[in-house]
Amino acid sequence: MEETKLMKGNEAIAEAAIRCGCDGYFGYPITPQSEIMETLMALEPWKTTGMVVLQAESEVAAINMVYGASACGKKAMTSSSSPGVSLKTEGISYIASAELPSVIVNVMRGGPGLGTIQPSQADYFQAVKGGGHGDYKLIVLAPSSVQEMADFTCLAFELAFKYSTPAMILSDGIIGQMMEKVILPPQQPRMTEEEIRQKFPRATLGKPADRKPNIITSLAIESEVMEKTNFRLQAKYREIEKYEVRYETYLCEDAEYLMVAFGSVARICKTAVEEARKEGIKVGVIRPITLFPFPTKILAEYADRVKGILTVEMNAGQMVEDVRLAVNGKTPVEFYGKMGGIVPAPDEIFEAFKKQTLK
Amino acid sequence: MNITEIIHPANLVYKKPDVLNDTPMHYCPGCSHGVVHKLIAEIIEENNWQEKTIGVAPVGCSVFAYNYLDIDWQQAAHGRAPAVATGIKRLLPDRLVFTYQGDGDLAAIGTAETIHACNRGENITIIFINNAIYGMTGGQMAPTTLENMKTSTSPAGRNIELNGYPLNITDLLVKLRGTCYVTRQSVYNVAGVRKAKKAIQKGFENSMAKKGTSIIEIVSTCSSGWKLTPDASNKWMVANMFPAYELGDLKDI
Repeated sequence: MEETKLMKGNEAIAEAAIRCGCDGYFGYPITPQSEIMETLMALEPWKTTGMVVLQAESEVAAINMVYGASACGKKAMTSSSSPGVSLKTEGISYIASAELPSVIVNVMRGGPGLGTIQPSQADYFQAVKGGGHGDYKLIVLAPSSVQEMADFTCLAFELAFKYSTPAMILSDGIIGQMMEKVILPPQQPRMTEEEIRQKFPRATLGKPADRKPNIITSLAIESEVMEKTNFRLQAKYREIEKYEVRYETYLCEDAEYLMVAFGSVARICKTAVEEARKEGIKVGVIRPITLFPFPTKILAEYADRVKGILTVEMNAGQMVEDVRLAVNGKTPVEFYGKMGGIVPAPDEIFEAFKKQTLK
Repeated sequence: MNITEIIHPANLVYKKPDVLNDTPMHYCPGCSHGVVHKLIAEIIEENNWQEKTIGVAPVGCSVFAYNYLDIDWQQAAHGRAPAVATGIKRLLPDRLVFTYQGDGDLAAIGTAETIHACNRGENITIIFINNAIYGMTGGQMAPTTLENMKTSTSPAGRNIELNGYPLNITDLLVKLRGTCYVTRQSVYNVAGVRKAKKAIQKGFENSMAKKGTSIIEIVSTCSSGWKLTPDASNKWMVANMFPAYELGDLKDI
């Protein structure tokens, strides 16, 4: 049954993973997301649901364990933070090419390099534009609350299996570390092998006499074959763009101006917008929930109506490029950002809005 | 006597295992891969393990192992096969899970994955083809390349000062408490083939019995990489590889 608890975002991911019938978690410690594996180890799901939790020797090994488990049709996931996700990108590219339903969590911290352990959104490009080698996309979900950390863990598996493609939860150190009330979903049973065979017929569960071998690979020496794989991937991404766009609008009905922000920054923007409204300035917030697929259409629609847009991010300006592509010059799009683990305050955002966007 | 009279169960003295399909192999004449593939196919068939087996193919010449053995396969990124096999075996503990890896894959880029899978005592079998060279990419120096051995990236021979020593990784794996069976074999003659088959059989039994990690190193030829005829390769291997990589069981518990 459902359960209401007060917990950290990282803990919510662990709790939700068990409850949505995850079969295996493979991870490697890195701040600010280590509570995900710590919580799983403390909850000992192998005693209840049979879920496997394993600490790997590296992020590289962890993502490849996920590859192995996902290719057996199992619900498998890993989590890390920015530098660790860079290490995983080789494996993520293989998973995308082999079309496996894996879930990857990135609780972002400031970079580049070893960077800082403070929150950041500087991995937007890495998550949304591919990250690793080759033409691939991840379904990218950006939670902005502890509740969404739990909800999106289940949603990520649902979408990953629906499209046989990896899904990423792109969070940050704020959402990972802060505590909030969360309603946890009821316990779902793990899939039986019979259910796996129906849901993911390519699963390598051992070859029975009545079917051909299942071969999970991302290799095709003949370029004509690899071209076909690419066509299939691109067709799938177009489907995802058609059906899976998710976003939230806040005070947008009468808005003359907009702020666009994702994840934790969207919450700060909501406070900034409330401040602006006290001064009679009609501003709203659009929060992309899926970063891929990006809510291009809704932004294009609003671009016809508003006098200006301010995109706010904890990076040097990454999502703003997608906002500008969506808006296509119909209204000015300005950017305000903080880097290196610095979090913008609502009054700073309001000031930037007055300076850059308000006409 | 016509052909249908000759092809008769009563006359059958040898049959290719059905698990080894009819796809023509891409391996060069004199290469050890084909023999080892056949041994694996025979063992899977004789033990009726086809429905229970998941193989993990590496990057290298044997990346295409999945084209020849009719079992479920996963192809792993370069060096990552032991991690991939860990993911499989942990979630399907009653299956036979093995990796098939070359020396570059296992002992260079995949060193961490190899050591840690063995140290955890993953219940998998690692078939390790050591031919002291990168075959598929055209004969570059491998971690196991012998001193003074010429390759395309050590054209004057492996220089210890520059490149370090040949890595005897199997000897290292013996020390790890997670390994239950570590052996070095070679399919260089009939007796060697028979011994190698017994070793692989034992490794697979260990995987099924969850005894820990089994490593079966097969000291192998690469006639194209070594630029020798198949016969000369075999002789060169006996004369040069065997002293550096001594055959026999290194650990059996």
